[in-house]
Amino acid sequence: MEIPYTVEAHPETGLNNGKIGIWLFLTSEVMLFGALFATFIMLRIGSDGNWAAMQAEAELNIPLATVNTAVLIASSLTMVMAWASLMRGQLGRFKLFGWLTVGCGGIFLVIKYFEYTAKFDHHHYPESSTFLAIYFAMTGLHALHVIGGMAWNAYFTGPGSKVFHTNRQWLTDRVEHSGLFWHFVDLVWIFLFPVFYLL
Amino acid sequence: MAEPVHASPAHDEHHHEQSFWRKYIFSTDHKVIGVQYSVTGLAFLFFGFVLMMVMRWNLAYPGEPIPFIGSLLGDNRAPGGIMLPDFYNELGAMHGTIMVFLGVVPLAVGGFGNFVMPLQLGAPDMAFPRINMISYWCLFMGGVTMFASFFLPNGAAGNGWTSYSPLADIALNGQTAWLIGMIFLITSSLLGAINFITTAIQLRAPGMTWMRLPFFCWAQIVTAFLLLLAFPPLEAAGVLQLMDRVANTSFFIPEGLVVGGEVLDRSGGGSPLLWQHLFWFLAHPEVYVLILPAMGIVAEVIANNSRKPLWGYRSMVYSLIFLGFMSFIVWAHHMFITGMGSVMSTFFQTTTMIISIPSVIILSALFISLWGGSIRYNTPMLFALGFLPMFGIGGLTGLPLGLSAADIPLHDTYYVIGHFHYVVAPGTLFALFAGVYYWFPKVTGRKMNEFLGKLHFWPSLVFMNGVFFPMMIQGLNGVSRRLADGGISYDFAGEVAGLNRMMSVSAWCLALAQIPFIINFFMSIRNGEKAGRNPWNSTTVEWLAPSPAPHGNFDQPIEVVRGPYEYSVPGSDKDYVPQAEPAST
Repeated sequence: MEIPYTVEAHPETGLNNGKIGIWLFLTSEVMLFGALFATFIMLRIGSDGNWAAMQAEAELNIPLATVNTAVLIASSLTMVMAWASLMRGQLGRFKLFGWLTVGCGGIFLVIKYFEYTAKFDHHHYPESSTFLAIYFAMTGLHALHVIGGMAWNAYFTGPGSKVFHTNRQWLTDRVEHSGLFWHFVDLVWIFLFPVFYLL
Repeated sequence: MAEPVHASPAHDEHHHEQSFWRKYIFSTDHKVIGVQYSVTGLAFLFFGFVLMMVMRWNLAYPGEPIPFIGSLLGDNRAPGGIMLPDFYNELGAMHGTIMVFLGVVPLAVGGFGNFVMPLQLGAPDMAFPRINMISYWCLFMGGVTMFASFFLPNGAAGNGWTSYSPLADIALNGQTAWLIGMIFLITSSLLGAINFITTAIQLRAPGMTWMRLPFFCWAQIVTAFLLLLAFPPLEAAGVLQLMDRVANTSFFIPEGLVVGGEVLDRSGGGSPLLWQHLFWFLAHPEVYVLILPAMGIVAEVIANNSRKPLWGYRSMVYSLIFLGFMSFIVWAHHMFITGMGSVMSTFFQTTTMIISIPSVIILSALFISLWGGSIRYNTPMLFALGFLPMFGIGGLTGLPLGLSAADIPLHDTYYVIGHFHYVVAPGTLFALFAGVYYWFPKVTGRKMNEFLGKLHFWPSLVFMNGVFFPMMIQGLNGVSRRLADGGISYDFAGEVAGLNRMMSVSAWCLALAQIPFIINFFMSIRNGEKAGRNPWNSTTVEWLAPSPAPHGNFDQPIEVVRGPYEYSVPGSDKDYVPQAEPAST
């Protein structure tokens, strides 16, 4: 038994099942991070003007975060290049850009690791203040999403890419979907960066 | 997702004979998964009911040893068989959690939605069969976590099913296990919701336009959107509460909170109300997750057994969609007594009054559908007819609670318990029973026994009201909810405290009334009257499939040519015209 429209697009919607599925998933992710941003706003409003003091005390590293922002934006670029290479049927270039994307995610996490350990060295823990609590909660959840996106991309760039020879359209679609997720994860960071580091 | 095609001959040979594990345990067939969900849901409904029956003992006979099982509960729960208040709290919190998240939702959405919706759409399966399987096993893990939490050293979560902070942040009981269990359940719902919506958009049979969808499918689609969009904020809140418990953060803990005479050693600065907002942002749409699939089932059963088209199908569908939207902007009517400003309460009581309109439209349309019909009083129809006034009582008693001024004296009383139980117990549960009796032939190929069905319905109807109506009376007299002794230690309960015994006896009799159902259920699987493809002479597409339907559902191509409820069409030789006709004829 075959499920229709797993690869070919539905004639009315113009989309395959996976594309609709990933967009629905992203809407729920918007609600998840939306609730966390709402929490951020509530905590900040309810801090009786202590927010700036808590933020200063946390000593977030703006240069490192700026580098991280650049790394993630670069990874979004390589993600699109990987997908575009598949569209053109260039398996080698797809793998190159695919691994570059995964690598950028890795660099992001390494920098994040150094940021976190620097906080812990100064005895800045989630329990220290509500600013640090929401900082660790949101950046931590974002980091989990980065890890998820890296695993997804690594699968299709590595073992999953064998399908290229039997069902190229399937692979291209799946990479497009993982790309949508990856761009979303980047976009979350684009919001997190100013909210925690700059404002 | 499609498997890449492997052209190996060995693979083809094994294709037809799936192992027991692949066929029944880790199945990707939506019908098997639907049955898994249903059986899990029914089992947890029974378990949640047992918890409540134990609670009802202490409400009726506070301080007396629990008969039969009292000695088995252990000294940390009921020393000498007498229930400790902490244990009562555990039972209360877990009764709510289990009934909502592990009983009704798995049965109404996971069970009926999974089994029936693809068949009604004329689809071969769900859009993502493997995600469907993962969704069920996430629910199973959540259920196991919740169940196992009773055996933790300090017992299960006992902070109410709402888990209000800061109590839930600092309680020593199984709240952490509750949160982990909830994260499993939320993941399950999320995966299910994506699957349902994608299936409805992509896999409808040719000719199945949106306005030819059975009302049940519409109910499932709107429900799936609610699950998709309302559950993530609770997931966020759950993560934050988990951090409050394990990482000592203060998301929901205010500064200077005094616990046991000492100021709590936390940074503070959090907001207990934030938890309530995040929780009710989920939990109000969740109310509609509980009721919409029930309305869908009742609509199917009523159209079928009144032998008439649904009256006002389009306005019902539009009402349903409107309900879905509105359910996201009424949540704070659960929070009128938190001292929110009058501007806020005015907004939320206005939206709450508005949201009652589409519910009334749907209920009225169902009542009008009965008008002039040739009604068949079989068991599914009795339960569907029982749903209408019971849900009506539940809905109407909700109106005073939606108005801030009336809610404030009523909110912490039994009136609220009575109100929402009328909606979900004789309301939703009756609809679910109607669904079980109605679709049982499609699942097993056999009908359930009518006599035992009626023996199930009539006592259930009587005792349901015996349990819940006195709650309204107690509530109006001011008896507070969540008291382990049923309010006996307070003066105001004086006149109405005696009702507790009547309610408890009704609850235990209600349990006896379920015995015919249990016998009927298991007996009919093997010995029920054989049903053909269409035992109820129904119009919708699921009845064109064989009973039980094979993997892939239909043995003929389906093309839908008309609307879903063409009953008693003038000039037709039968009193029903199927929605789709086999393409060959």
